[in-house]
Formats: sequence, C-alpha cells, structure tokens
Amino acid sequence: MYYVRYLVRYLQNEVLVLPSRVIVLVFVASLLAFPLLTQDPNILRTLIVTALFSLYAVSWDLLSGYTGQVSLGHALFFGSGAYASALLSSHLSLPPYATVPAGAAVATAAGLLVGLPCLRLRKHYLALATLAFPIMLTGFVLAFPGFSGGEGGVWRIARLTSTRVAEYYLILGVALGAVVVLWRVVESRVGLIFHAIREDETAARALGINTVRYKLLAFALSGLTAGAAGALYAHSSAARIVAPGVVLSLFMSFQPVIWTIFGGAATIYGPITGVFVLYPLLDTLNVVIPKYRMLVFALLVLLILRFMPQGISTWIRDAIERVCPSCRVRNIATRRACRACGAPLQAQSPR
Amino acid sequence: MVANILVNGLVYSGVYAMLALGFGLVFGVGRVLNLAHTAFYMVAAYGIFHFASTGFAMPLAVLLTSLGIVAVGVAVYKLVIEPVREMEATVLIATLAVAVLLQEVVLVFFGNEPRHVPPALTGFTQVVGVRVGNQEMVTLIVAVLSLIGAWFLLSRTKLGLAIRAAAQDREVANLMGINVNLVTAVVMGLGLLLAALAGIAVAPLFTVEPGMWMNPLVIVLAAVVLGGLGSLKGSLIGAVILAFAEVSVVFLVPGGSYLRTAIALLIMVCVFFIRPEGLYGSSIAEER
Repeated sequence: MYYVRYLVRYLQNEVLVLPSRVIVLVFVASLLAFPLLTQDPNILRTLIVTALFSLYAVSWDLLSGYTGQVSLGHALFFGSGAYASALLSSHLSLPPYATVPAGAAVATAAGLLVGLPCLRLRKHYLALATLAFPIMLTGFVLAFPGFSGGEGGVWRIARLTSTRVAEYYLILGVALGAVVVLWRVVESRVGLIFHAIREDETAARALGINTVRYKLLAFALSGLTAGAAGALYAHSSAARIVAPGVVLSLFMSFQPVIWTIFGGAATIYGPITGVFVLYPLLDTLNVVIPKYRMLVFALLVLLILRFMPQGISTWIRDAIERVCPSCRVRNIATRRACRACGAPLQAQSPR
Repeated sequence: MVANILVNGLVYSGVYAMLALGFGLVFGVGRVLNLAHTAFYMVAAYGIFHFASTGFAMPLAVLLTSLGIVAVGVAVYKLVIEPVREMEATVLIATLAVAVLLQEVVLVFFGNEPRHVPPALTGFTQVVGVRVGNQEMVTLIVAVLSLIGAWFLLSRTKLGLAIRAAAQDREVANLMGINVNLVTAVVMGLGLLLAALAGIAVAPLFTVEPGMWMNPLVIVLAAVVLGGLGSLKGSLIGAVILAFAEVSVVFLVPGGSYLRTAIALLIMVCVFFIRPEGLYGSSIAEER
C-alpha cells in the first residue's frame, strides 16, 4: 500500500507536471498495449524493426552524440553482431539465447578493436577512419563466400520465437531494458565525463580524467548495444537472410546518424524519436509511393534540418518546456512561476 | 600487366585527384564535409549521357552539363547548407540527404538500368610500346588540364589568394576585407566544376548508373584524410596512392575486385597508425 501511494505521488509530482515525461509515459504504455489493438503481422514487423533500430540509433548517440567520437562506420558493430550470431546459428545450429549474447560479445570486441587504434585520431579523421571498417569487413565477407555466404548472405537462421506477438514483446522488452540501462549510465558520473570529453578532451584530461579509458568504455558500450540490436535483427522475422548488402552497407552506417541528428543528438530520447518517426514513415512511403519514397524521405529530412537544425525532439521540448532561470528545473511553458523555487518564468529574456 | 596497371592507375588517379581536389577545397574554405560531392559527379555523367543521346554537339553538351551542375550545386549550397554550416553533424546529414535526393531524381528520370555513353574517340595509340585507348588518353588529358587550371587559379590569381587566405583562417580573412561567404560559394562552384568535368571525362569509360557515386565518395574521403585535411598537395598524393592501390589489387590479387576498396582503406588506416593527422596535415589542426 505504501508503495502504491509512493508511486501515485511520484507520478503526480514528477511525471505529470512535465509534458515531455507524460509523452514518454504514454509512448511506452501504448507500445506495450499495441498488440491488443491489432495483430497485423506487417505492422508488428515494422514495429519490431523500429524497436531494434532505435536501440541501434541509441548506441550511435552514446558514442558520437555524448562522447563526440563521431563514427560513420557503425554498421560494423551492427553487422558483426548480426553476422556472428547468424553464422553460429547456421553453421553450429546453436539456439538464439546462445548466439545473441555471442553476437553482442563479438560486436563489443569489435568496438574495442576499432576504438584502440582510433584513440589517437581526432574529429574528421576519426569519422573517416571508422567509415573504412565496415567496407573492409564487406570486402572480406565477399572474398570468402564459402564460409560467409558471400553476396547472397547467411540463411537458415533460427527464429527467436514461434509467434510474431511473442517476438514483439521479447524485442520490445530487450530494447526498453537496454535503453533504461543506458539512460542510467548517461545520467551518472560516467555520462558527465562523456560530455566533458566531447566538449574539450584536453580539459577533461587536465582534470585528472583518464579519457582513454572512458573513450574505450564508450566504444565498448556502443558496440555491445549495436551488436545486440544486430544479433536480434538477424534472428527476427524481419531479416530472413543476413547479407553484406544490407547489414554492412554504407546506408546502414549512415542511418543511425540520420535518425539521431534528425531527432536530436546527445539525448537518449532524440534518436528514439528519430527512428520512430522516420522508419515507419519510410516503410509507409514504400507502400504508398514506392518509386518516390527516398526522394520524399530525403526532401523531408533536408527541410526539417533546415528549420530545426538541433533536431526535432529538442525543438519540440524547447517549445513546450522552459528552464527556470534561477534553479535550472524544467517547467511546462504555460507556468508563470517555477514549480521548484517559485521564481517568475515569464520575465526571462528571450534566448 | 604492368602496362595495364600503369594506364588504369593513371586514369583512376586523375579522376580521384579531380574529385579530391574539389572536395578538399570545399572543406578547407567552408569547413563543409560535402558528402554530396560525388553525387554531382554522377549527375554530370548522366547529363552528358542525356545530351549525347539527344544529339547535341560534344563541346556544347560539356558546357551545358558543367554549367548546370555548378548552378544547381551553388543553389543547393546557398539554400540548405549555408544556413546550418556551423553545425557539423547537421551538415553531414544535410549533404547526405542532398546526395540521396540527386540519386533519386536521376532514378526517376533515367531509371535504374546501367547506361553507356559512346566514346568521343575510338581506337588505340601506341605510347612507348604500350597500347593506350584514345578515350583513356582524353580522360587523362582532361584531368591533367583541369588540375593545372585549378593550380593556376589558386596560386596565380587574386581570387586564388582569397581562397587560400580563407582556407588558412576564415576569421582573419574576413577581417582583411575578404567576403568569406562569397569566396565559399565560389569555391563550391569551382569544386563542383571539377567534379562535373570528372564525371564527363569518365562517362564513356565507366558504366553510368545511379549508385556510381558511393565508391568514389569513399575513396575521395579516404584520399583527403590520407593526405591530411586542408592540404591540397596531400589530397592529390592520397588520390594517386589509393588509385594505384585499387588498380593493382584488381590486377594482382585473385578475387581482387571485391577487395579493392577494402585494401585501399586498409592502407589509409595503416597510415593513420603512424601519422594520425595524415601525410601532410598539420598536427595542431585544432588550432586552425
């Protein structure tokens, strides 16, 4: 009973006062309740892929948005996770609960392996060096078709679950859990250090922070998350085949960048917003106007970035909420006085 | 074999050098990492295909294509890239969106099937005992002439001085009375002119298809960072190194056509282990 009352009070005082938190709550609840509404396999499939890709986008945001180590080759982690689990499943016929962690572990190792040489590189050099890695892996996949399946890819991969709804809940659960864990990480001291490394690495080092260790941590965490997404993708009903043209392609590397910048970088909710807006949109366009889908998609991304260069979720959040000038607590934009310290909000000068 | 590597390597070097020079100029002056650069090269190849198949005279077709590319490119830069120029990640996505947009427009107008442009010259010439296709010669000559032209413009004219000043330090160049925004737009036009000429020059040699911008983009990015961002000499040398690496892998390694980009990029990464700032980059790049 005490806990129920605590929960209600928490909801009233901390969640319902801010529109952005209400939106997150409603969003998660509606995702969980969605199969009650419809069990159309195509819609569920789109949502499964969207959930996986939001995990993938968050992993990019962690490395590049927070830590500032811009990676243009993130498909390496997604692809190595997908390939490792697909190969284990197809050659050794191991069950998914063994191959998915193995795929994630391989991607973590890939993250460390890429991170280690990239520690010395700065900014654009880093971005373009990382761009090279998935292309190199593609080259080797294509050069040894006997083992890797070559251009046609790996198939005969075990399904995660027997029904589509069970798969939906499994993947949604993993994605939600991982996002919550990552949120805790970036809200902690570690997240603060990530921000510091992005803003000024030399200054962070001068403060006694072992930036090498934290950069490697960011690479490993990002690889782990992207690899888990890739491994689940390989086993999901969305991908029957793991082929280099999909999971290791240049477009796969650029996609998380598009989603994250579109949604708002260095926020966990930004990339998720980006994926949940853009991926179903692209999927719908594919059905409605298949010939012009990428045309419309690119035009839309271009226009939104032109007018909201900080990303769509940041723009919306700034429109509906206001930071108290004296105590930095967020308030709904309609309030006249801050909910924590009572300082007047309307009087603040326009930013 | 050696002759093949030499001829093809030189042709690829010329093309990559033209692309890398334009890309490097735009990055150096505008600090814009223009991922759409090679998409304009692809559009130029389609432009020459279109004009050639509708029966325009070759010089007129070349002129129309390159002017069209420059006009479209500068308009795109002014409309969508300049307003967000300060935000690097946004620029990245905006230019990528432009590239995809160009690819899709080409797809709508010309379809997905690969196209071929009839060569301007056929036949072969004997150069020091090696048979070289005349079209390859033309491509190489176009590349050399445009590189010399670009070098002349950069080092011998007042505009070139302004461009180099803006590349060295944008703020100070602005204080010295150089209209930096205008110079950036001019450089964008110049870079795209080089890209358009490269596209025109390779159209008769390569298959013309909507996806033909991806591979050169990767190589050009690699060449520019290999040479050191901001160093024009470096990007030219990077382009030559990567072109010869690609061509030799194709000719010497079995299954090399799959591995050519992989090996070229491996060379780039190996150079980074020794010199993280590229061959000719300045090691204090952050102060620039």
